[in-house]
Amino acid sequence: MKPFAFERARDVDHALSLAAVSPGARFLAGGTNLLDLMKLEIEQPPRLIDVGRLPLADIAETAGGGLRIGALATNTAVASDPKVRSRYPALARAILAGGSVQLRNKATVGGNLMQRTRCPYFMDAAKPCNKRLPGSGCSAMDGLSSTLALFGASEMCIAVSPSDMSVALAAFDAVAETVRADGSVQRRSVETLHRLPGEAPQVDTDLAPDELILAVELPPPPEGGQAWRKVRARASYTGALASVAVAGDRVALGAVAARPWRARAAEAALADGASPAEAAAAELASAEGEDGRKALVRRLAADVIRQAREGVGS
Amino acid sequence: MLTTIRVNGVDHDVDVDPRTSLLDLLREGLDLKGTKKGCDHGQCGACTVLVNGVRINACLSLAVMHDGDAVVTVEGLASGELLHPVQQAFLTEDAFQCGYCTPGQICSAVGLLAEVAAGQPSEATADLDGPVTLTDAEIRERMSGNICRCSAYPQILAAVRRAAGAAA
Ligand SMILES: Cc1cc2nc3c(=O)[nH]c(=O)nc-3n(C[C@H](O)[C@H](O)[C@H](O)COP(=O)(O)OP(=O)(O)OC[C@H]3O[C@@H](n4cnc5c(N)ncnc54)[C@H](O)[C@@H]3O)c2cc1C
Ligand code: SF4
Ligand code: FES
Ligand code: FES
Repeated sequence: MKPFAFERARDVDHALSLAAVSPGARFLAGGTNLLDLMKLEIEQPPRLIDVGRLPLADIAETAGGGLRIGALATNTAVASDPKVRSRYPALARAILAGGSVQLRNKATVGGNLMQRTRCPYFMDAAKPCNKRLPGSGCSAMDGLSSTLALFGASEMCIAVSPSDMSVALAAFDAVAETVRADGSVQRRSVETLHRLPGEAPQVDTDLAPDELILAVELPPPPEGGQAWRKVRARASYTGALASVAVAGDRVALGAVAARPWRARAAEAALADGASPAEAAAAELASAEGEDGRKALVRRLAADVIRQAREGVGS
Repeated sequence: MLTTIRVNGVDHDVDVDPRTSLLDLLREGLDLKGTKKGCDHGQCGACTVLVNGVRINACLSLAVMHDGDAVVTVEGLASGELLHPVQQAFLTEDAFQCGYCTPGQICSAVGLLAEVAAGQPSEATADLDGPVTLTDAEIRERMSGNICRCSAYPQILAAVRRAAGAAA
């Protein structure tokens, strides 16, 4: 690991002012992604700003009947919260499907949203990777293809977001509230927090370096059933081959794009009275990739939409 | 960087390079070699310890993040000659072969019992609104963050089941 300066933020303003004057500095929350990548020297921040003890871990109902979850709430705290379990079960399920208990006890909402791709070539510093080293090429194009993007990829990068939690958040139309050193507060949809790779896959999100996520806000859960499912190569403790979250008439697909993928074509088809299978097929019509992978996601999406309707998925 | 950390009930004032993981501080700084380093990347659970009663991977945490925290490692579970019920259950059920994963498995199981007592759900919990019943499927899922390359899983399952019975 490269040397770095370590600073514990006393409060939000302190964290932001440190970030504003330290080029390349990173916020440190649970550390389960950032420290992993720093050990591999894929991330080399000169300064870490430890935000782990800032008082941003509350989970509270909003005036509008939704839920506000502080960015430093641990994944375990969110999945264990009675309000989340009873009103947003698909979110609890999505979180519980990620990593291990040890990781979820440490991982935070903000860190989970901002975690980088787990593309095996991104995580191997010896391999060309446009996300890690712009212009070096993309090893995944001709490499292992079990977890490549089906939607929104570019010639430069076909990596997917590994966050399970964000798939459910996207299905609930959640918004991330952020603040910068100049005091400006922004509300960004979780669905589009991450950029599509385009010509610049090295830039994951539109967040400025001094932009701190304060909380995510969920509107009241939509009418109708909820369901979640994640398919993976072993029973537990590994990333998704694909996942699906359904909340009412909203459908989000996971591990198929650089961001949680709202299946708008499927949603439109459902609104027009299509069956779950027809809706899933409508979404996959625009997918680019291996036929086997498309078939997997199509079947999974149809199954989970059906489960949500039958009320057996969560 | 000056850091005060309580390990197995004893306060230590240590001056650590910020790069030092909690795992390396325990093993090399404090000579507590019970906690093991398997992958060093959060992928195996061999480094599991309890921080303020909660199980985490010590390899993916910095020592300096734990100023003021209370850490318990496998060395801190027994009371004198009396083994912790989870340690005793691992012996009774013969829940290891080479033993490399065992300290992590044991700390993980201690954390698991507290989580179940607090009613925290897992992926194997059928009814998120109901109480948690510690079925075999629940134990397997909740212990899935600890890999055993000797594959002593059936005995580990039995040991956790036994310890849970003792705790109930
Ligand atoms: C072995 C392994 C398996 C895993 N499996 C899964 C899985 O199956 N599913 C899944 O979803 N995840 C998985 N993960 C990833 C895990 O969920 C993330 O590492 C975790 O959620 C990151 O949270 P953190 O608080 O530890 O983030 P950190 O590592 O502290 O930070 C990650 C990034 O977020 C930034 N950040 C943190 N907080 C904020 C904030 N408030 N505002 C702005 N930026 C912020 C940091 O600067 C950093 O860039 C796995 C990880 C490991 C090691
Ligand atoms: S898919 Fe993206 S992250 Fe993976 S090797 Fe290609 S450029 Fe790198
Ligand atoms: S050594 Fe920490 S999880 Fe493997
Ligand atoms: S007993 Fe050998 S790794 Fe588990």
